[in-house]
Amino acid sequence: MSQKEWPLWEVFIRSKQGLDHKHVGSLHAADAEMAIQNARDVYTRRLEGVSIWVVESKHVHASNPDDSAAFYEPANDKIYRHPTFYTVPDSIKHM
Amino acid sequence: METLELTQEEQFQARIDEDIRIEPKDWMPEAYRKTLIRQISQHAHSELVGMLPEGNWITRAPSLKRKSILLAKVQDEAGHGLYLYSAAETLGASRDQMLADLHSGKAKYSSIFNYPTLSWADMGTIGWLVDGAAILNQVPLCRTSYGPYARAMVRVCKEESFHQRQGFEIMQTLCEGATEQKAMAQEALNRWWWPTLMMFGPADADSPNTEQSMKWRIKRFTNDELRQKFVDMMVPQAEFLGLTVPDDKLQWNEAKQGYDFGDVDWAEFWDVVKGNGPCSRERLQARVDAWDQGAWVREAALAHAEKRKQRAA
Repeated sequence: MSQKEWPLWEVFIRSKQGLDHKHVGSLHAADAEMAIQNARDVYTRRLEGVSIWVVESKHVHASNPDDSAAFYEPANDKIYRHPTFYTVPDSIKHM
Repeated sequence: METLELTQEEQFQARIDEDIRIEPKDWMPEAYRKTLIRQISQHAHSELVGMLPEGNWITRAPSLKRKSILLAKVQDEAGHGLYLYSAAETLGASRDQMLADLHSGKAKYSSIFNYPTLSWADMGTIGWLVDGAAILNQVPLCRTSYGPYARAMVRVCKEESFHQRQGFEIMQTLCEGATEQKAMAQEALNRWWWPTLMMFGPADADSPNTEQSMKWRIKRFTNDELRQKFVDMMVPQAEFLGLTVPDDKLQWNEAKQGYDFGDVDWAEFWDVVKGNGPCSRERLQARVDAWDQGAWVREAALAHAEKRKQRAA
């Protein structure tokens, strides 16, 4: 049965010019063309998008949440990467 | 090993208590996953079957405007079903298996869709009353603890508001129309009121899963709390329309600042849940037929895609 199931696609939509594509959900389709048409019908019935990306779900590689602590930890103690780390005298403008 | 497992579950509960959403690849208790798959797929099935009672009236809508609106509403319901199936798939459920469970009768859907739509006023009542009840159920689900479900519900709720308003507008038009039209609206309300109250599920005392679902923040309110809210919300709207809610026990209770109302016929509820509703067999048969008759389309589309892939290679 699962052999006959249409592949799963992840759908990304640009809601308006100038914004980036954002993941909105997934759907089944036989090929990319059908995936885009289905995405139009499922995810943009009320002008939610001006551009659609689809990618077969099996091609998405993701980080592992179990590794989160070790994976993101190196950024934790580098507060000097943020502008608020530095004090600027009140009399200095435009900084 | 035993204590390690416990810690993982405790950590999970701590995240829930902090209102941190659970995402697909996060660790979760098997029972949480199972409960969600059952609830989300039931919800998806309800959207899918929910197209049938209204689809019944598309060809007989009284004007082109009403027909366009009804078509859009039914299309939304298909969309809602698809959002929800894809949310359930993030938990490892397969689409074909969920549909197979619907078709075999193993999976349930909302009992409300097993009632017939006999007049045009039913389209108004479903939008106003049934979708009104659905919104009450669904708004808290926008904050449910499982991320993909919550995000799907945000989209559903945005669209559901149009459904309720168009239903109210149909009712208002009928109630401001001829005596026969108003009688039609009243007759529809008489048939739909009690089945709609059943949509919130069994009384809290008979709902053994509620406590765990509340703890996991899958559910945010109990069935009886939502039912009370619904009655309090709907009675003034019925009064505005000049319609009578078919319940002689309905009475304002000053002390609790809410309405007292009569008992739901739970025997009828369980009978419909078991598949003995007035349209249960017809609804399920319509879904099975749609699936079977669409088989060649699904196969042909796959074969076509395969052929094009080989040609391109």
